[in-house]
This record gives sequence, C-alpha cells and structure tokens, in this order.
Amino acid sequence: MIIELFSIFFKIGLFSFGGGYAMIPMIRNEIVSRGWLTAEGFANIVGIAEMTPGPIAINMATFVGFKTIGFFGSVAATLGVVMPSVLLILLISKIFFKYQSHPIKQGLFYGMRPVIVGLILSAAYFMAETSLFIVKPGEWTGNFLSQVDWVSVGIALLTVVGIRKYKLHPILLLGVGGAIRIGLKFVGV
Amino acid sequence: MKDKRLLRTLFWTFFKIGCFTFGGGYAMIPLIEREVVDTHHWVSREEILDILAVAQSLPGAIAINSSTLIGYKMAGKTGALISTLGMVLPSFLIILIIAMVFSAFQENEWVRTAFVGIRAAVVGLIVIAGYNMFKAAVKDKIGIGILVVTLFLLFLLDVHPILLLIGGAGFGILLYILFPEKGRGSR
Repeated sequence: MIIELFSIFFKIGLFSFGGGYAMIPMIRNEIVSRGWLTAEGFANIVGIAEMTPGPIAINMATFVGFKTIGFFGSVAATLGVVMPSVLLILLISKIFFKYQSHPIKQGLFYGMRPVIVGLILSAAYFMAETSLFIVKPGEWTGNFLSQVDWVSVGIALLTVVGIRKYKLHPILLLGVGGAIRIGLKFVGV
Repeated sequence: MKDKRLLRTLFWTFFKIGCFTFGGGYAMIPLIEREVVDTHHWVSREEILDILAVAQSLPGAIAINSSTLIGYKMAGKTGALISTLGMVLPSFLIILIIAMVFSAFQENEWVRTAFVGIRAAVVGLIVIAGYNMFKAAVKDKIGIGILVVTLFLLFLLDVHPILLLIGGAGFGILLYILFPEKGRGSR
C-alpha cells in the first residue's frame, strides 16, 4: 500500500500542470475511489491544506498519506508528489541557465513575462473575491457595498502601505492581519 | 568550504518561505521576492519572472519548482535538493502535527478568526507582487498588449494558464525572429 500511495502521488505530481489547485480533483479521484477516504473526509483535508502554510500539493499529500497509512504514508506521498518536479527541473535547469542571451530564449521570456503578470493579477482577484467579502463568491445579492468585509479590506490596504511605504517584512504583516482579527474578536466587535 | 554556508542559507531561506506561505504558489511570490531578490540578491526581479514562467509551465507545485530552480542556480544539484527540502519540510511537519489533532484545529474559532485576517493580508501581498512584476516585466506597448490579451482570455474565456504561457512564448519567439533588432535594443 505504501508503494501504491507513492506511485499515485508520483503520477499526480507528474501530470498536474498549474499548481496545487489543479491537483485537487485528481487526488480526490484516486483516493476516494479506492475507499481510502470518504468524500467528506477529503473535503476537510482540502480545507486544512488551504489554511496551513506551504504548497497546497504538499499539504494534501502529507495529510492524505497520514490518514491512510500514518507517518510512513505521509513520507511516501510527499516524496511521490515532489519527485517528478525535482527530476524535471534538474533536467531543464542546465539549459535554462546556460543560454542566457540566445534570441529564442529572450523572445520566449519576452512573451511569457506579461502573461505571468496577468496570472498574478488574476490570483490577486480570486484571493480578494474569497477573502474580502462576507459572502462566498458567486453569492452576491443586492447591495454590493454591504457585503464587503471592510475590516479585511483595511487589513489588505494596511499591508500594501506597510510594504510600499515602510518596507515592513511580509511575514510581520501576515501576523498583524491575524492579530487584528483576534483582537477585534477579543473585544467583541 | 564556503559552499556549506551557502547551502545552509538556501535551506533556511526556503524553510522560512515555506513556513509563511498561505494560500498556494502565488501567495509565495512576495516572500520569495523579499528574500531572494532584495535580501540575498540571488536573482534579479526579471529573472524571478522567468523562473516563475518555467515553474508554472512544468507539472507540479509552483513553489517547489521555483525553489528547485533557484537552488540549482545558486549551488547546482545539491542546491536544488537542499532548497526543495527547505520548502517542503515546514508544510510536512505542520501538517503532521495538525493531522494528529485534526478536528480540534479546524473547529477552533480563534484559529479561524486569525486566518480571516491572514488571508486579507495575503491579498495585499499579492497585489504588491503583481505591481512589482508589472514594472519589471512590461516595458513597452507590446508587453501591455500581451497583458491585456492575457487578462481578457483568462477572465472572459477561461483559457487555461498553460495555453496562455505557450501562446505568449510563441508570440515572443516569433517577434524576435521577425524583428531581431528589437531584441538588441531592449536588452
């Protein structure tokens, strides 16, 4: 079973383009169909994987591995999901750093860089959609402004100002964001 | 060996990034930027974009791919493995602990409350990353054009990011082949 777990996650690591979120349906297919976890148990794991730091792919592999076999399961699943990327990257990184000024490489990245900027902006948009509103995305009704979570908007703005103007460390600002919420809850707002 | 010190720094830098990356690969960009570009000067801001482009184009988690690439650049294969280990270990350990006290963690109201605030801060962080990357990546009207087309295809037609990257790459190569003088002028 450990070997099966490893090879499942190896396969998932090999075929998941576009980061951790793209892996969720693949993992669910493999794990739930084998009866290793229920659909509900899996949904809970996704929630935790999103809440805790680190790549979602790693979090899910570790968690699913632990829930199915225990410690060694989590080691096998995590190794499995990481290994394809590492091997592929090692293969291509030589080429990547070698031909720095080749016109094809320059053209390639000239065209890709703005696309990456677009992807980052869309990530900001989707993150804002789930984090800065009281209701879930897609459930907006009636007055738009009344559904904005203004405290969260304030925290987001504070973070922007803290980094741009005062050059504070991102980790500090994450802590401040959490602390503001805890503080408000503590005084009962 | 001075390599040993570099390897140790690589490990702890990615360990730190791994500890504080909430919300998936893109949320990590501001931290990588701060640590790898500003603090250690391992890569330039432009190069970070190229690394992200490669990381996003290959299978696997973006965070893992980019830490492996940066590690490789700094210290070869050993660097790649050490950086990846640093990136993976925090999640692994944290999840292991949480898996043991599963329900208590998820249902704790204070934990949930803190995360509402943390997620809001993450929005700010990603906006900053987008702005910084925009300044580094988009240097002429063609760049703005590619960005606008990307956003259009992404939001209105729901085109897969990989296709967008391939399209951008193909367009860029074509441009450099048809107008080779452009490349010499801009870089």
